[in-house]
Amino acid sequence: MVKVKSILIVGVGGQGTLLASKILTQGLMETGYDVKMSEIHGMSQRGGSVSAHIRYGERVYSPVISEGEADILLSFEEMEAYRWLNYLKPGGKAIINNYRLPSAPILTGQTDYPEGLIEEMAKNVDVIMVNAMDIALGLSFAKSMNIVLLGALIKIAELNNINWENIIRRIVPEKYLEGNLRAFEAGMNSVS
Amino acid sequence: MKQLMTGNEAIARGAYEAGIRFASAYPGTPSTEILENIALYKDDIVAEWAPNEKVALEAVIGYSIAGGRAIASMKQVGLNVAADPLFSFAYTGCNGSAVIITADEPGIHSSQTEQDNRYYAKMAKLPMLEPTDSQQAKDMVIAACEISEKYRTPVIIRMTTRICHSKSIVELGSRREVPNKEYKKDIWQFTTMPAVSQKLRFQLEERLKKLTEEANNSPFNHIEWNNKSIGVIANGIAYQYAKEVFGEEASYLRIGFSYPIPMELITEFASRVDTLYVIEEVEPFLEEEIRAAGIECHGKDLLPRIGELSPKIIEETIKGVKKELLPMQPDKVTSRPPVLCPGCAHRAVFYELSKRKDLFISGDIGCYGLGALPPLSAMDTCICMGASVSAGHGAAKAFKGYNLDKHVVSVIGDSTFFHSGMTSLLNVVYNKSKTTTVILDNRITGMTGHQDHPGTGYTAQGEESQEASIEKIVNSLGVNDVKTINPLQLTELHEAIDSALENPEPSVIIARWPCALKKLSAKDKEEFGKHVKRYIVKKEQCIGCKKCIRTGCPALRYDKGNKKVLIDPIMCNGCSLCAQVCPVGAIVLDRK
Ligand SMILES: Cc1ncc(C[n+]2csc(CCOP(=O)(O)OP(=O)(O)O)c2C)c(N)n1
Ligand code: SF4
Ligand code: SF4
Repeated sequence: MVKVKSILIVGVGGQGTLLASKILTQGLMETGYDVKMSEIHGMSQRGGSVSAHIRYGERVYSPVISEGEADILLSFEEMEAYRWLNYLKPGGKAIINNYRLPSAPILTGQTDYPEGLIEEMAKNVDVIMVNAMDIALGLSFAKSMNIVLLGALIKIAELNNINWENIIRRIVPEKYLEGNLRAFEAGMNSVS
Repeated sequence: MKQLMTGNEAIARGAYEAGIRFASAYPGTPSTEILENIALYKDDIVAEWAPNEKVALEAVIGYSIAGGRAIASMKQVGLNVAADPLFSFAYTGCNGSAVIITADEPGIHSSQTEQDNRYYAKMAKLPMLEPTDSQQAKDMVIAACEISEKYRTPVIIRMTTRICHSKSIVELGSRREVPNKEYKKDIWQFTTMPAVSQKLRFQLEERLKKLTEEANNSPFNHIEWNNKSIGVIANGIAYQYAKEVFGEEASYLRIGFSYPIPMELITEFASRVDTLYVIEEVEPFLEEEIRAAGIECHGKDLLPRIGELSPKIIEETIKGVKKELLPMQPDKVTSRPPVLCPGCAHRAVFYELSKRKDLFISGDIGCYGLGALPPLSAMDTCICMGASVSAGHGAAKAFKGYNLDKHVVSVIGDSTFFHSGMTSLLNVVYNKSKTTTVILDNRITGMTGHQDHPGTGYTAQGEESQEASIEKIVNSLGVNDVKTINPLQLTELHEAIDSALENPEPSVIIARWPCALKKLSAKDKEEFGKHVKRYIVKKEQCIGCKKCIRTGCPALRYDKGNKKVLIDPIMCNGCSLCAQVCPVGAIVLDRK
């Protein structure tokens, strides 16, 4: 089996990072990997910055990823990608949602949303942008943005040999199932 | 069967498998999900939210003395509240078994202090277990019940955020049905009168000796021999980090039964390695004892005492290896502090209070603590649960005593009021301070993720129950000036505050409106109706004065380009606060 891999999923409270990491870890476990996942919530429910650390391989010890250790950084929001950038390995991949959520100091006009972050990151790492919101809106299901991003991640992490449909079927409520399956597919197809 | 579980889910599963029949807790990050998950075993375990941690532990004490298996869970500061019964319980011991979970928070992610509750085990002289992953969390509940029964002692399981909230794979087992222990009246065991305690004091020391032997032989204290030039002693999550860093370059003594400290085993391990490192988060709990036993080691001379450890910290401090990180400038990104949700009724109260300049606002713990932050900035203090009302009383006495013209308003949530605000308010009345207490009755425990409490009229397992009336409680405590208002009606709120501040007697305002994220109960729907509304800004009428922005609602954006405000249609919860503060009526109900 492979060496331990680390995926860091970051975003803003309420964006659905939790569901994405739940599906991912379930699939990894069922494939036979040892899996650990760590997340910090609490205050972060209220629109704060959130993160889920996922590690898998033959035998995993630490559930947290150290700075400079993530193979892939999946960010649900542009500025959050930069905030967590130094968790990525030099040579790692950053999958970034083409989406901005201004934080409180920006909303109240104390400061502006920072510009040029993506360009700066692209100088040092492989940046893969995903228009997840547009794709989700195209499916008339804005709330499936998280699953679009999960689809993109699965493709980039080369985990498409796992039967994800089967896992999504068991985790996602019936009502949202079809929409989420289409979102997942669209996400996979959005990257190469 | 295997399942990915958080440490908290695993504790709940352990309670189920151990044949536990009663659980009581008060919510608190990172422990909350323990009781939430136990509550799902409806047919096998009675799970209750207690009004506070002391009550939760005392319920468990009673259950276990009566002969049953029970578990109490709380966050680290919760054990401060429950410390009084904890110490007595160590003396009386139990009859059936009793497990107490403390969930500590190195790094203070969602707490007020970074305290190392392992010292409670030492001070109360109770056995303590510390899991290193979810599998152990489950196994330790079962083992704790056995230890508890064998030695008739409550057992502490100490978790930390990373154990509580990390998922790892757990092998599920089945539930064992354990008969209750016969209850026999025994005042020489179960009443802590001085003469009895003097006797129990000796029993406690005897028990501790036996438990030390148990710890030295416990499978949870496990030696793993590899290269002997480095020896690592580590507990909880620190073991996983150490293993990640040293792999097979080191030998390990993983401490899972950490009090009484298994010193014989430690001595033996230490004698066979060249250099010994003690790796533990926060305080040098093990290290102090190891050094006191005359064993040379490294620990806090290298590792930080503050905050969480990580593989990186261990690698840098002990191995001296520094990794190249990707270049970045942290100050390029702005902070993302948590904020009150769109439509949160607390916002209205702080907005009104923030307009008055002569107030001392004594705050408390809950979502409403966020009222301290800009743009509302309407809070002077926030200490611990219930302190708003009692510290407010003290401050009012000081302002009066020194002839200072400042009014005190104490602000407390509904769950916090039931937790420990009632006795504080009694003090206000009894000792006559002129304070105004605003009770933010949002019909739920918001901060910790929406748990029921005595005021909601439902139990932890969803049964209907007597709904505690805050109004009647406050009346009975002796407050005569009590007004219940809808905080989202600014005029009503404004008048209520004016009238309360003018009254020379203590006054209470109950601001009653459900949390914007609460899943409304049948009772709520009846009282508050359904309200699915959105507000929009009429662009042509907006004068760009930013008055609405000053409410701090995150659904409102100021567009610098055209100097107008807009409302994010997905985020708006339709509370109408912004519409009420707009001076030109540019914000209106979305009729679509
Ligand atoms: C002794 C103690 N127990 C538990 C907690 C965790 N905690 C913080 S605030 C809170 C309850 C808040 O509920 P409420 O007073 O209703 O206010 P809301 O969050 O709904 O605004 C809890 C349980 C704590 N900080 N201290
Ligand atoms: S969860 Fe409820 S109480 Fe907490 S900030 Fe949101 S609306 Fe307010
Ligand atoms: S009505 Fe105004 S203040 Fe209330 S949630 Fe909507 S935008 Fe925010």
